[in-house]
Parts: sequence; structure tokens; C-alpha cells
Amino acid sequence: MRRIEDHPILGKSERGRKVTLFFDGQLIEALEGEPVATALMAAGHRVLRYTHQHLEPRGIFCALGRCTDCMMIVDGQPNVRTCITPVRDGMTVETQRGQGQRRDQQPLRGGMD
Amino acid sequence: MRETEIAVVGGGAAGMAAAIEAAKTGARVTLIDENERPGGQLFKQIHKFFGSGVHRAGRRGIQIGQELLEEAQNAGVEIRLNTAVYGLFSDHCLGLICGDHTEELQAKVIILATGANENPLAFPGWTLPGVMGAGAAQTLINIHRTLPGSRILMVGAGNVGLIVSYQLLQAGAEVMAIIEGLPYISGYGVHASKVRRAGVPILTSHTILKAEGKEQVERAIIAKVDERWYPIAGTEQILEVDTICFAVGLSPLAELAWMAGCRFTYIPQMGGWIPIHDGNMQSTDPMIYVAGDLAGVEEASTAMEEGRLAGLAAAGALGGLSLEEGEEKKAEVRERLAMLRVGSFGEGRASAKDQIIRARNQV
Repeated sequence: MRRIEDHPILGKSERGRKVTLFFDGQLIEALEGEPVATALMAAGHRVLRYTHQHLEPRGIFCALGRCTDCMMIVDGQPNVRTCITPVRDGMTVETQRGQGQRRDQQPLRGGMD
Repeated sequence: MRETEIAVVGGGAAGMAAAIEAAKTGARVTLIDENERPGGQLFKQIHKFFGSGVHRAGRRGIQIGQELLEEAQNAGVEIRLNTAVYGLFSDHCLGLICGDHTEELQAKVIILATGANENPLAFPGWTLPGVMGAGAAQTLINIHRTLPGSRILMVGAGNVGLIVSYQLLQAGAEVMAIIEGLPYISGYGVHASKVRRAGVPILTSHTILKAEGKEQVERAIIAKVDERWYPIAGTEQILEVDTICFAVGLSPLAELAWMAGCRFTYIPQMGGWIPIHDGNMQSTDPMIYVAGDLAGVEEASTAMEEGRLAGLAAAGALGGLSLEEGEEKKAEVRERLAMLRVGSFGEGRASAKDQIIRARNQV
């Protein structure tokens, strides 16, 4: 869970601008434009959400935006696929529990994990 | 409603090649991809491709992706990014989601090049953070330049498992083992030798029993299997790993072809249900063509050639090419495709392809 700065084939990493994310109230350094989930991974956080029924942890699974295991609450919006959502400076990212809830909403009921 | 002549769905190796060939004939081509940049999985392929010069052998996927992108732009392809196709309706109208709104796009001819999905592998603990597709790990290391963990177990010794294991080593991770359920390594010997030379054990006739860990992967338990793939008691081993990758095949992403009513055939060695198509990549709907992994899971080099074939055929259907010119160009592509389907690995794919085309003749 660390960044690959120098690579035998790809060379030096062309890094985006260093920016800051707020992850569950914590400040995290991230690179602008990288997926939210990899910024968290580089900072050592692999648990992105807990499932609805059994509160089991989930993390990056497909890294393509297809499986939805990486859904988190981003800037107050739940169910955002963080493996394909680019980092912007000052973004707020929260671990999602269940189906999440918008700041102006009651939690949803029912449904699958 | 927006209109186009040829809509290509999917901007990977097959879709880009299709769009380029079609646009070169003067057709109006719209290439749609759900990602923020096209290229599909090419940009994470940092190894050199096989084949001959005409197949861009010796080049890395990442370079080929860049070349195709420039060619598509030069050929005048309209590229719509961050756009997902959610539906394909009976009058060849595509339903698009672009950000926060939807659109309709009416096409005369459609080329589906939607690719394939990694097959998941279910075992106790498979949902723990740290278990992921080999392709997912490859995206993380080669595109996003972040290691998913430091001690890796790879499940599957086909080409994807072998290549991604080597790339994980290049990225600085430790690959503790590659396990394979079959009694032999199914990937190319050259890839297997590379990882073995790097000291990675490849355990054939082995499976994963479970992944353990509280919040994420902390270890894996593997065991030897008998000839019927049942674990043999007493052969269990605990591997201290923090990441488990699975490389157990791919399945075509065929939803749109199903939705459009294309007929399918089941070919396990090509990934399962495949839209039936002819030697022009035309599906059972005369206005819908298929190419790349959707038309049978193979490799990026075959996907590009199939894309060219579909692009030429689609342009021909619209009258952009004379019959002779079209047939001549398609014959060249078919010859190159045949060259990619030789040898002990390619022959199986060649006969599976023949099976799909035979199914087309029976419809």
C-alpha cells in the first residue's frame, strides 16, 4: 500500500498536484485527479464501506467502476464509486455504512448488501 | 435526437481500431466510452506484445493505445468520453448517460466492442478488502501507480496471472506464490519462466480454501487438490499475505448484444456466451457488428484486427467502400488474424472462432 515512485518500465511517476482530502474527519494527502480509492489506499486505508445487512468490510475489487464495492459518501453524496472518481482538492470522503444517506435524507431501508 | 452513421460502443483495442477503419472511408463515426479516457485495458499493458511487425509486436500496450488514440483523432472520429451506453433499442437507437443527464443517439450501424469482465472467484473470505481481480491490481499499479499490498498471492497461472505477477514484482511487491488448480501452467512458457526466475513458486494442482483477516486480508489458506479438484486433507498451507489476486478468466460484456436481441452461442474456451457472428463480425442483426473480447475472449492483438474487420464491414454496409476494395482489405485483415491464431495456444481459438461462424450459418 504505497505509491510506486520509480518504475523499471514506466519511469518516474508524473505526479498530479498534491492536494488534501478529508477522510472521516482526518486529513489525507492525495494527488489531484487520481481516484479517491487509490489515494486512500496509498494512505493505508483499504476498507471503504460496510455492507447493509452484516456490516462486513469491502474494498477495491474491480478498479473499473463496475462492481460497486468501493462506494463511499463523497461530498455528502452516498454510493459514489470511488475507484473511478477523481480527487479534487478539499473533497470530503466518508466510509459508507449500508446504503448510506444523503445529508438531507433518512437512511434507506431494505435492499441487498 | 442526435444522429450518427456508425456508433462504436467501447474505446478499447477493438473499438478504436474499428472506429479508425470506418472513419478512414469517410463515414461519420461516433466512439463512445464510459471512462474519462479511451484505450480500454491497453494503457495498463506495459509488457511487449507478441506477433509480427504488422501486429505491432515488440510494442507495449501503453504505446499502442497512444498511437490508436492519435489515429482516431486524425481520422476524424467523434470521441464521446464519460458516456455510458445503458440501452440499445430495436431501431438502433442508443441510450446514453452523460454525467447527470441522458441522451439518445440514432445510429445506422452499431459496432459493439464492450470487452470483457474478470471472472470473480468465490471462497470464504473473498469479500475482504485485499481480495481483488488481477486486472484490478494491474490498473492500480500501472495506471494509478499505487501498490494494493506488499505480499501477494496470485490465483491462476494463465497469461493474466503470470503477467500481472511479474508486473507486481516490477512495481516492488513480493509475490509469495502463484497457485493453479490445473495440474499444469496454462499460460505461455516465456511468462512462467520470467516469474520463476524471479523466485516466485508456481504451485499447480493447488486451490485457495479461504482468506482470513478481521477487517482485511491477513493470510490465505491453500491446499493441494486431487484430479477431481477436491482439496486433499493434510496438504493445507498458511500463506502470510495481505493481498489475494484472482486471474481465472474473463467473460464477455454482452448486455447490449442481449438487449438488442442478437443470437448467442456458448463456447466455454472463448469466455462463455458469445454473440454469433460471421466472418465480417456481423451479428445476427445485420446492422450490429461485434469485435474484440465481446466476440470471444482473446488478446489485444486479435481484438484490434477484429475491430478493423468490423470497421471495414460496417463502412461497406453504408456504401463507403466499393465491394472489391472492401473485400481486398478484409482479406488482408483475415490473413493477419489467422497468423495470430496459430501454435498450440492459437489453434484452439481458431477452431472456436470457426465454431461461432458455423453457428451463424445455421441461424
